Amino acid sequence: MSRRLGFYLLLAPLVVWLGALLIIPHIELLLTSLQVKVKPRVYEFGFGNYAAFFTEPLYWNTFARTALMSIAATALTLIVGFPISYYIAKLARGRSRAILFVLCLLPFWVSELVRTFGWMILLRETGVVSNTLQWLGLSSGPIEFLYNDAAIMVGLVYTSMLFMVVPLVTTLESLDDSYIEAGYDLGGNGFAVMREIVIPHAMPGIVTGCIVVFMLSLGNYLTPILLGGKDSLWFTEQIYAQFITRFNWEQGSAFGFLLLVLSSLIVWAGLKLTGQTLGQTVGRG
Amino acid sequence: MKRTRSSFLATVTAASALLIALGGAQAEELRLLTWGGYAPDDVVAMFEEETGIDVQVTLSNNEEMIAKLRATDGGGFDLAQPSQDRIAGAQEEYGIYKPMDVSKINGDLFIASMLEGTKKNTAYDGEVYGVPHVWGTSGLVVDTKKAPEVKDYVDLCSDAVAGKVSYRLKRPTLIGFAFSMGMDPFAAYGDTAAYQTMMEKVGEKLIECKPNVKAYWTGGDALINLLRSGEVVAAMAWDTGGWKLNEENPDITFVAPASGALGWIDTFVLPAKTQNEEAAYKWINFVMQPEIAAKITASAGNFTASKGADAFAEEALKTRFQGSFPQEAIDNIKWYPPVPAGLEDIEGKILDRVQAS
Repeated sequence: MSRRLGFYLLLAPLVVWLGALLIIPHIELLLTSLQVKVKPRVYEFGFGNYAAFFTEPLYWNTFARTALMSIAATALTLIVGFPISYYIAKLARGRSRAILFVLCLLPFWVSELVRTFGWMILLRETGVVSNTLQWLGLSSGPIEFLYNDAAIMVGLVYTSMLFMVVPLVTTLESLDDSYIEAGYDLGGNGFAVMREIVIPHAMPGIVTGCIVVFMLSLGNYLTPILLGGKDSLWFTEQIYAQFITRFNWEQGSAFGFLLLVLSSLIVWAGLKLTGQTLGQTVGRG
Repeated sequence: MKRTRSSFLATVTAASALLIALGGAQAEELRLLTWGGYAPDDVVAMFEEETGIDVQVTLSNNEEMIAKLRATDGGGFDLAQPSQDRIAGAQEEYGIYKPMDVSKINGDLFIASMLEGTKKNTAYDGEVYGVPHVWGTSGLVVDTKKAPEVKDYVDLCSDAVAGKVSYRLKRPTLIGFAFSMGMDPFAAYGDTAAYQTMMEKVGEKLIECKPNVKAYWTGGDALINLLRSGEVVAAMAWDTGGWKLNEENPDITFVAPASGALGWIDTFVLPAKTQNEEAAYKWINFVMQPEIAAKITASAGNFTASKGADAFAEEALKTRFQGSFPQEAIDNIKWYPPVPAGLEDIEGKILDRVQAS
C-alpha cells in the first residue's frame, strides 16, 4: 500500500508537468486552430486555417525550407560533432578529456541571445572577420557575411553542438576498446572498423543527437531572425507574426499544430529510413 | 543530509517570511504597460513619494500590448499605452479596454486640440477610450553626407543607395510608400476594395525595391547599430532614433519625407479588467504636469501632449526637432486615423508576398 502511494507521489510531478504544460495547452491550441474568423468577435468551427497552410504557397514553402535547412544543420552538426566526440570518448585521457568536455559546454553558460550576438559581431560588414580579411590584404573592401542562409547554418550548428556531443560521447564511452583492437587484429583498416564497429555501436547516440538537434533547429526563433537576411524565412517567424503582429491567433495555432505534426512525421520517416526505432535508440542512448 | 534539509527548510521559511512582509508592505500598486522611456525611474519614484502607489512598469510595443491584453481578456495591467489608431479597432474585435471617465482627468493639463483629437479617434460605440500622452513621427533617418538625395520614401529604391537601405516589413512602411507614390491610403481606409488595389501597387513597388534593402530591421537598437556603423545610410525609422544618432554623428539625422512624416500619438487606456482605476487616473494627472512631462520627453526623446511642457524641454532636443521639422513639414504630418478592423489582414497578405518574393 505505502509502496503504491510512493509510486503515485513520485509520478505526480510528472503528470502535473505534462498535463499543465503540454497536454492542456495543446488541446487549447487545437481548439483555437479550428476557429475560423468570420467577422469581428464572430468565429465559426472549421478547417479554414489548415486549408490556408496548403493553399498559400508562402506558408508551405516556408515550412519546407525550414525543414530542409534543419535537416542540413543536423547533418552538419553530426559531421562536426562525431570526430570531436570520438576524440573525447576514446583518445583523450584524464584531465584533457574533462577540459575538452568543459570547452564544449562553455558556450552554453551564456544565453542564446548573447551567443547569437557574438556571431553578429564577428560576421557583420564592419565586423571582426571582414576587418581581419581586409587587414591581411585578402579582400579589398568590406564583406558582408551576415544576413544569409550560411550565417543561419553557422548559428544553428553552433547552438546545437552540445546536444549532439553529449549523447555521442556517452554511447562511444560504452564501446569497449577491445572491440576496436579486435577489428584491427582481424585485418580491418580504419574505415572498415569505423563502419562495422564504431558507427553501429554509436547508432543510438547518433539517432538521439539527431532528433534533439533537428527539433531544436526547427523550433529555433532567435538565430534565424537575427542572422538571417531578407529572404530567410523561418516557420517559427510565421507563427510569431500570426500571433503577435497579425492578431490572428487562430491561424497561428494551426501553424503551431502543423509544426508539431509535420516535425513528428519527419522524425518518424527518418527512423524508418535508417531502420531504427525510438525504443531501441533513445531508450538506450 | 540532515543538515542540508534543515538549512533548506530555513531558507524556505525565510523566503516565505520575506514574501509575506513584501506583500504586506505593498499597499497599492499600479501595473503599467508602456513603451521604453515613458515611465523613467525618477518619475516613478516621485509618484510613489507623492501618492504611496508603487508603479510596476512593463515595457512593450503596440502589437504585444494588444496580444498581452487579448490573452487575459484585458487583465494583468491597470493602465496601458497603445497608439491611438490601435484602440477602436482592437476594442471592436476583442473588447480588451474599458471606457474612460474623462471627468477624472484634468483636461487643463493637455494641449486642447490633441485631447479632443484623441478622444474622437479612440471613441467606440459612443464611449471615449483614450487620452493622448506622447506623440512623434516616423519618416527617414538619413546620413546626409553619404545619401543626400534621399528625400522621400521612394528614394530608398534609387540606385544611389543600393544595398545600403533598411526598413521594416510592417504597416507603416506600406502607408509611407503609398503616400510617397502619390496615393492617399488614409482616405481609402473606409473602402476595402480601393485599399486592396492600393496595397497591391505598394507591394509591387516593395518587391521591385527588395534588392536595395540590406536587411529588414525588426528592433530599433539593431537599426541604430546599422546606421552607426555606416552599413546602412538611409532607413525608415522613428524620429527619436535619428535624433539619438545625431548626438553622436552630426551627419545623420531625421528627415521628414517630402510626402509627409507619419504621425502617431501614444495614449493612456484602461484595460478591461483594470484593478486600480483610481491609481491610473492619478498617474495620468501626475505625468501630464509640465515639469514631469518634460522629464518624460527627455527620457523618451519625444514630445508630450502636456500643455506648457515645451518650456521645460531640453534645448538640444528642440533644436533637433526644428532642424527636422520646418513649419511646412509639421503641417504636412499625416496623422494615423483609427485602423478599421480587417485592413490588417490585407496588409498582412501583401507583406507576406513581399517577404516571399
